[in-house]
Amino acid sequence: MATDNVAQASHNPESKSSRTLGALLAWCMAIACAAVFAWGLTLIGTIAAGDALKVSVPWVPAFNVEFAFHIDGLALLFLLLVTGIGTLIGVYTGAYFRGDARLPRLILMLMAFTAAMLGVVLADDVVLLFIFWELTTVTSFLLVGFDREKASARRAALQALWITAAGGLLLLIGLLLLADVTDTRLLSEIIAAGTVDIGNPQAAWALALVLCGAFTKSAQMPFHFWLPGAMSAPTPVSAFLHSATMVKAGIYLLARVQPAFGEHDVWFYTLTCVGAVTAVWASMMALRQQDAKLMLAWTTVMALGILTLFLGSNERIAVLAAMTFLVVHAFYKCAMFLVIGNVDHGTGTRQLDRLGGLFKALPVTGTVALAAGFSMAGFPPFLGFIGKELKYEGALAIAEEPLLIAMAALAANAMMVAVALTLVRGVFFGGQVNSPRQPHEAPMGMWFPPLVLAVGGLVAGIFPEHLLGGLVQAATSGVLAKETEVKLALWHGVNLPLMMSVLTVILGVLLHVNRVRVHGLLDRLVATLPFTLDMGWDRFLHALDRVAAAVVKRIQTGRLGHYLMVTFVTVVVAGGAALATTQTWSAQSQQAALTPVVVTIVLLMMYAALVTAVSESRMLSIGALGLVGAGAALVYFWYGAIDVAITQLLVETLFVVLIAAVLSKLPRLSGDDHTNRRTRIWHGALAMCTGAVIGLATWLVATRSTDHAVARFYESASLPEAYGANVVNVILVDFRALDTLGEVAVVVTAALAVVAVLSRFNQKRDVENAGEGA
Amino acid sequence: MTALLCLLIAVLTATSVWLMLSRSLVRFLFALVLVSNVANLVIFVGGGLEPLAPALVDTAQPDLVMANPLPQALVLTAIVIGFGLVAFMLVLALSSWKVFRTVDIDQMRFAEPEPDEATTSQLEEPRA
Repeated sequence: MATDNVAQASHNPESKSSRTLGALLAWCMAIACAAVFAWGLTLIGTIAAGDALKVSVPWVPAFNVEFAFHIDGLALLFLLLVTGIGTLIGVYTGAYFRGDARLPRLILMLMAFTAAMLGVVLADDVVLLFIFWELTTVTSFLLVGFDREKASARRAALQALWITAAGGLLLLIGLLLLADVTDTRLLSEIIAAGTVDIGNPQAAWALALVLCGAFTKSAQMPFHFWLPGAMSAPTPVSAFLHSATMVKAGIYLLARVQPAFGEHDVWFYTLTCVGAVTAVWASMMALRQQDAKLMLAWTTVMALGILTLFLGSNERIAVLAAMTFLVVHAFYKCAMFLVIGNVDHGTGTRQLDRLGGLFKALPVTGTVALAAGFSMAGFPPFLGFIGKELKYEGALAIAEEPLLIAMAALAANAMMVAVALTLVRGVFFGGQVNSPRQPHEAPMGMWFPPLVLAVGGLVAGIFPEHLLGGLVQAATSGVLAKETEVKLALWHGVNLPLMMSVLTVILGVLLHVNRVRVHGLLDRLVATLPFTLDMGWDRFLHALDRVAAAVVKRIQTGRLGHYLMVTFVTVVVAGGAALATTQTWSAQSQQAALTPVVVTIVLLMMYAALVTAVSESRMLSIGALGLVGAGAALVYFWYGAIDVAITQLLVETLFVVLIAAVLSKLPRLSGDDHTNRRTRIWHGALAMCTGAVIGLATWLVATRSTDHAVARFYESASLPEAYGANVVNVILVDFRALDTLGEVAVVVTAALAVVAVLSRFNQKRDVENAGEGA
Repeated sequence: MTALLCLLIAVLTATSVWLMLSRSLVRFLFALVLVSNVANLVIFVGGGLEPLAPALVDTAQPDLVMANPLPQALVLTAIVIGFGLVAFMLVLALSSWKVFRTVDIDQMRFAEPEPDEATTSQLEEPRA
């Protein structure tokens, strides 16, 4: 497994300024996030009291889209998580990438990502929510693919982009359907309207599509496989992505639409089953990893599964469990990732079998790891303990299937204990193992942020009600869209959840002690799988390539005849359909009478055209073409278009001369250019159909009563305004003079092109002649 | 008369489609000339046919009913543009004959060559 190239600082002198810039930007990010965090803290009182903050500016009034933001308890919880963790990540990133020329780029992406994530949790308008949602997708793509030279990072980034962006599009459709059903674009109003009746197919589709969006984003089965790959991002990015942002957006969405769908059984069973399966499977996968970071990435999938599981119920205590665990998870997951970053930095590896006994060398990081690991495992008095107690309490409180949910939570938690033990005990205690680098503690900028989180996890565990009570209560009320009383306490007395906690720890320790055997079992289990979704992904992409190639091969044949055929068939089908549905075929009353002269001319033209069609002589064809052109001139002349007739005659003469000149250099015509009899019949039929459609369409246009208003205007204005008696001329050179100028430009361009092409050949010939002369 | 001219348009269109579908570049050029004539006729006939006085304002006869000047102006423009197009096509045809030494359209595959084995087998290879 590749490690982050932290030490790969560029020694390019010109990057010195960009290094300073990077440090500056990192501080900017930290300070900006801290400022928003502080502002969010001041809001807790107001929002816990039941008020919500609203801002709205019209954006696209035509589509009724607004820049509408809305802060309730749920949004505030996420806002504080994003900005709080964002502050620490800003500080950490500045230290982690110190002296790296890529730092400014990374920080800018992180800032954009933070802003997009804040947009997601604050947006009230569904379209706005979607836009920010996809902005997080795009920015996370950039972040995951940050090491763009690495193929694995590019693949992971693309995979994340594909899956989450596709889910985002489904989400858009779902949200629009939901908005349509509830008759409002604002999430706050959708929530306030209460349960949506999913007997209505539109609402059912809305539910299914919104779930697709949330599951892809939050890496639920079967879309979970992109998240472990996404840990190829630099460690601070992973810490941010996994703890407070990106994947939590799906959880946010589920919590947000809970009041609209939470009553329904289908919501409960879908979320519970998907969440439970995801949580158990992901914790099993976490157990068997050798890369510490990958292990942590899998535990994130597990945590997301647990959150989804608890959001399936609208039981107060279950939602409270989800909201509390959200905070718990953010604290320990971010700290753990940063710890792994420090270990990677200090030893040059993340492979568990090459790490051990590091506590002496990395005392601060080790302490942080202890605290975060205990929180992760759910030991008292850490915040994780409260989270775990609430999970069990919530599971048992859910009316349907309490046992199943409790078992899933128990299994996942027990494996979490084992993972925490592996990460803390395996890495920091036990015998020393030779690591690639002499282990050393990270600089202060890298141990301070995780230390804050670890201490926070401990203090918040001891004084939960004072530090988190108001916020979690506001968030729970926000999810359930009604006032809710909750109390957080470390000690709940001796009860069933506590028994389950004890059981969890026992199971976890057993799993840890027997980890070699467990590894073997899990490896054998994975080996029996016919294929992994990650491999299926490659096959899917490959199949997509082949389908695309096959389609292109069919429609992009490179044959002019084929393209023309498609064009003509389209003309026949579309034009024929339009003609077939036309109602008014009324022949106009005043038809121009049949005139012998014109009839003769027209018959001659038809004959000439047919001659061109069958002739094998070039000269005969040219003559026939000339006849058609001259005939057209006579028709124009007969019907009062003198200028047109003159132009036509002139141009036709030039045509004949030019074509004759060029054709003399081209080969003779062959007898039959249509490949065989079948194509001849088919081409003939197509030609006749096209002719019929065009002819009938002309008839339709010509027999409609023409609106002469424009013509009358030109006629009346021609002399008094433009001082010209010839109306056609006046139109061309006065009223529509700019069009004529454009036309002149076209002709000049054509002439220049002709000269250019011809002179190229003449030059070549000159060169050849010169060569022969020498 | 309108019906007859529409028939003429149909025949000319059919002829040019027939010629375009043939594989000869020379016949394609003929079709191009024909089709630009057809287009002009469509505009002209569509504007309404009346064998009337030309569109010349005569102060002595203010009540004179003139032919519709609008389609005439359009056709005039179209004729000139069509001429430019055909002239350019002629030169292109000439130069492609000099390059490819064929006037069979199906054999001119310089820009879009036949998908050969190389490109297909490249796709069959599994991804890294």
